[in-house]
Amino acid sequence: MHIFVNIGSSVINFFEETGKFFIFTLNTLKSLISKWYLKNIVQQVISIGYLSLPVVALTSFFTGGALAIQIYYGGSQFNSEVIVSSIVALGITRELGPVLGGIVVAGRVSAAIAAEIGTMKVTEQIDALKTLSTNPYEYLVFPRVIAGIIVLPILVGFADVIGIMGGWFVGIQSLGFNGSVYLQNTEIFLDSNDIISGLIKASIFGFIITMMGCYHGFSSQGGAQGVGRSTMNAVVSSSVLILGSNYIMTNLLFAS
Amino acid sequence: MIEIENLYKKFQNNEVLKDLNIKIEKGESAVIIGRSGTGKSVLLKCLLGLLRPDSGTIKIEKKEIYSNKFNYNQNKNIKIGMLFQGGALFDSLNIWRNISFISLQKKIAEKECKLLAMETLEKVGLNPNVAELYPSELSGGMQKRVSLARAIFSEPDIIFFDEPTTGLDPITADVINKLIIERVNDLGATALTITHDISSARTIASKVYMLHDGNIIWGDTISEMEKTKNEYIIQFINGSSNGPIKVRNN
Repeated sequence: MHIFVNIGSSVINFFEETGKFFIFTLNTLKSLISKWYLKNIVQQVISIGYLSLPVVALTSFFTGGALAIQIYYGGSQFNSEVIVSSIVALGITRELGPVLGGIVVAGRVSAAIAAEIGTMKVTEQIDALKTLSTNPYEYLVFPRVIAGIIVLPILVGFADVIGIMGGWFVGIQSLGFNGSVYLQNTEIFLDSNDIISGLIKASIFGFIITMMGCYHGFSSQGGAQGVGRSTMNAVVSSSVLILGSNYIMTNLLFAS
Repeated sequence: MIEIENLYKKFQNNEVLKDLNIKIEKGESAVIIGRSGTGKSVLLKCLLGLLRPDSGTIKIEKKEIYSNKFNYNQNKNIKIGMLFQGGALFDSLNIWRNISFISLQKKIAEKECKLLAMETLEKVGLNPNVAELYPSELSGGMQKRVSLARAIFSEPDIIFFDEPTTGLDPITADVINKLIIERVNDLGATALTITHDISSARTIASKVYMLHDGNIIWGDTISEMEKTKNEYIIQFINGSSNGPIKVRNN
């Protein structure tokens, strides 16, 4: 009997959470036709984008290098070492750039947003905003979400270039490739659609990361422990949603 | 004038406000006292539109603020200030931006806002030098004064104070109480304070109301409070665990 109670309450919680998130998203989207806090948007672009650049660049560089090594030694059994540059380029632009970039930014940004807004919630700062005639969705949530949507594709664009350069660097330093031939092969095999699909994914990931951070921050309750729980939930849910939505988008963009 | 009629609010099975009625006249400094957990903060949140009551009416200057089931529709001509229990100052903004936040949102020039904020700082007995500091760089008492400065900045018609002296030493608490009286009198505002600090109530109130078990069970002037034979008031003033107010150990 106990197990049915648990399953039932989990199902109810799931629908309750989904409903709350839906209302939260609607309230955020309403801000599109309301007041835009441009200063806050610029601040968030710097915080989410510029300050995430080092960690995204490092991740992409090492991923590109590791991918080159894997493809080279994996492909050597079939004498297909020549495809290293093209697979690195396709892998980075289509999948690893946006997904790894998204997950790294989720860890950094989603957690920071949830912690900041969560602290504001438990210290009544969000209530104070309302009493000062300021809509917290317009002032806090929308600038973060719009910044995430704008900045993630730019970050992933950088990640693509740096990841390909990581593969190139390892290719010429450790695997004996000719640098210019490597880049030539990359250019031949890489299509603009590969890059664009990755950037579209990145934009959706930007929405997911910032929305999850804001939503869990707004849902914080009960002091430091509650804020900690919200931060963890924001990172876990944005990471899972990035991976899930990536699968759906890959299907939509490439399987058709 | 604030008129509350049959205000009812419950959370799941916990009835917090049970058809509460209270009328606060214009220019009155009303203080609602009561034990922790009796619904004082819930009442204040309903007045501010932060919590929606389940039923009942709230009228501010004769206008119903919950015009329908979904909308909090406060009269835009009535300015309201609020001092939160913990200050609720914005960590990311410096002091003068915190104080003049409402004017900054209305695109009033920063220079003008800063000047007005510094004048308001002086009104609450703070040195304008603190204007550039951040809330975390101030003591608890100073934060409370800044919060008071923010509450009175727009020269409100109605000011709400949520436990204004909680967490302060008795001397700082007295300073805050006196500042509240001065500022409220200066503005000619209607004030509603909720507190369980009886000495704060004695200093601030022109009228005291006791909230117990979800309703106002007593209301009169401070001098009447000192003479009353009401057992609830006597127990509360004396801070005794013996009396009609039962202390639950859950």
